[in-house]
Amino acid sequence: MPERVDIPAGLWSRCESCEHMVYEKEVAEALYVCPECGFHRRVDARTRIEQLVDPGSFEEFAQDLRSTDPLSFKDRITYQERLRREQEKTGEPDAMVVGRAFIRGRGVILGVMNPSFIMASMGAVVGEKVTRAIERALEDNLPLVLVTASGGARMQEGMVSLVQMAKTSAALARLDEAGGLYIVVATDPTTAGVAASFAALGDVILAEPKAMIGFAGPRVIANTINAELPDGFQTAEFMLEHGFVDRIVHRAELRREIARIIDYCGK
Amino acid sequence: MSVRPATKANDPAPLGMSGLLEFEKPLLRIQHDVEEMEREQRETGRDLSAEVRQQRARLTATLKRLYASLTPWETVLVARHPKRPQTTDYLRLVFRDVCELHGDRLFGDDRAIITAFARIGTHRVMVIGHNKGKDIKERVACNFGCAHPEGYRKALHKMKLAEKYRIPVVCLIDTQGAYPGIGSEERGIGYAIATNLMEMSRLHTPVVCAVIGEGGSGGALGLGVGDRVSMFQHSFYSVISPEGCAAILWKTAEERKHAAEALRLTASELLRLEVIDEVIAEPLGGAHRDPETAAGSLERFILDSLTDLKRVPLDTLVRRRHERVRRWGSFYHSPSEAAHPSSAPARSVRRASARTARFSTRFAGGEKVSV
Repeated sequence: MPERVDIPAGLWSRCESCEHMVYEKEVAEALYVCPECGFHRRVDARTRIEQLVDPGSFEEFAQDLRSTDPLSFKDRITYQERLRREQEKTGEPDAMVVGRAFIRGRGVILGVMNPSFIMASMGAVVGEKVTRAIERALEDNLPLVLVTASGGARMQEGMVSLVQMAKTSAALARLDEAGGLYIVVATDPTTAGVAASFAALGDVILAEPKAMIGFAGPRVIANTINAELPDGFQTAEFMLEHGFVDRIVHRAELRREIARIIDYCGK
Repeated sequence: MSVRPATKANDPAPLGMSGLLEFEKPLLRIQHDVEEMEREQRETGRDLSAEVRQQRARLTATLKRLYASLTPWETVLVARHPKRPQTTDYLRLVFRDVCELHGDRLFGDDRAIITAFARIGTHRVMVIGHNKGKDIKERVACNFGCAHPEGYRKALHKMKLAEKYRIPVVCLIDTQGAYPGIGSEERGIGYAIATNLMEMSRLHTPVVCAVIGEGGSGGALGLGVGDRVSMFQHSFYSVISPEGCAAILWKTAEERKHAAEALRLTASELLRLEVIDEVIAEPLGGAHRDPETAAGSLERFILDSLTDLKRVPLDTLVRRRHERVRRWGSFYHSPSEAAHPSSAPARSVRRASARTARFSTRFAGGEKVSV
């Protein structure tokens, strides 16, 4: 998996899609969208929040949740060691940031996944943060916006991670019954356990251009059917064509589009 | 993660001519001895019944020893045993007056999931179960129990029908996972599973789930949200197959034994982690050696659960189910909340042992089996 999240230290970098040399400052100003080809680079949770919310309006909650390593998991390194390395690398305790914010003056509960933290995989901490964000949206009667990006459930937490799919979906059932609005912004990559739980259950599902969205891994599918996969398979455009995404939205338009949907849904 | 190796890679369990699993090889010699003695008895007329009895006792003792301490990987092999009883067997052995219902009303009838009205004890139920198939033709027709979106939609459609008439739902889980294919993605496998998770959490009728063989990832969980969730003693339930996990974390599928261990995918581990409420004990040597006894244990689990759950008013039942799902997998800690315990009631670090003790393990055929 190429590391796309870290901002290169150099002034110039090569776009991983069109391979043009691009001026980093210009790319950052364009919200990390390539000025040459429009490729949407992955961004970390803090950058995403800065791009989305009214300046200074983000108030984080549940920030101190930490995994207890329920399986005492060890592969080539221990899970605790892996967590420590990822925390050092990203400066974040886990793969999700949730809080209250304003988007163009509309109050929202916002959750953003961090693709640079173990592929933003969902363990107990991510599942709990998503669930608390849903419950806070319900309590405060605010629209919920979740920006998804994930490799799926976190293997190192085994079944504890799988059941987060059910936990988050059950919380969304309550929000739905209370008439709460839930907007999903699916970004690259939204897959597996997250694609098969809260990322699929938005009242409105927006997606960034070319974002990979799908359930099974493409290599697994290619092995199973013993054939090459068609071009554009499991992209946002593919999901739109097959009816699982409402709108594909350029990153620069996200704030406006989210505000517009909130206004339509009356909250 | 749903990343799993190709469907072909993990089915069915490797069996020699003897029909024994790899770790059961110590049985081979004794079985052979018994057969030899019986043949000699027939041919020569000598009375060897005492010796035969002795060898049979040795066979049982060896089987007991092997199954008393199955490793997680051995458990995976037993759970995938090609002769292991499937949903169709339990429909025959546990339920009466089975009335299969077909189709999702949207696309088709996925043979990987069977849905049927049935009777058990004094109850009418809706049985929903994965179907792996018995022979090659059937296995191909039902994709070895790997369901497409239409399978999950069929399941939900029948659950809604059951809910309308307050008929309890019984889910039997036995799948490697949802089908990884182009059509599956085109027709929204993620959306189908997510919808089931959400709807099952608020279904206004009792829901009882049992993992009877393989509990493979999201494809298993898509039928796995209920008031009672149990597993057969030698079944497994995992976020990813041991092969898939090994390939990703160890970079070689050869490490599947280590992965099986690390994933804590056995019934006893998952009881400890409170992922499941109960373990259904299996007859000696696994359900495939004595399907009738296994069926008897499953029947008792379902009957006991239904008797309990039907006493609970529906609103309370649904609220409790929600609370149960809300607590699922709450293995995190929060330093600030620990400082203000009143603000976070029973949500933070939870100890598995407390609740485990409240749930009994079921014993097959009256025999105590340690799990």
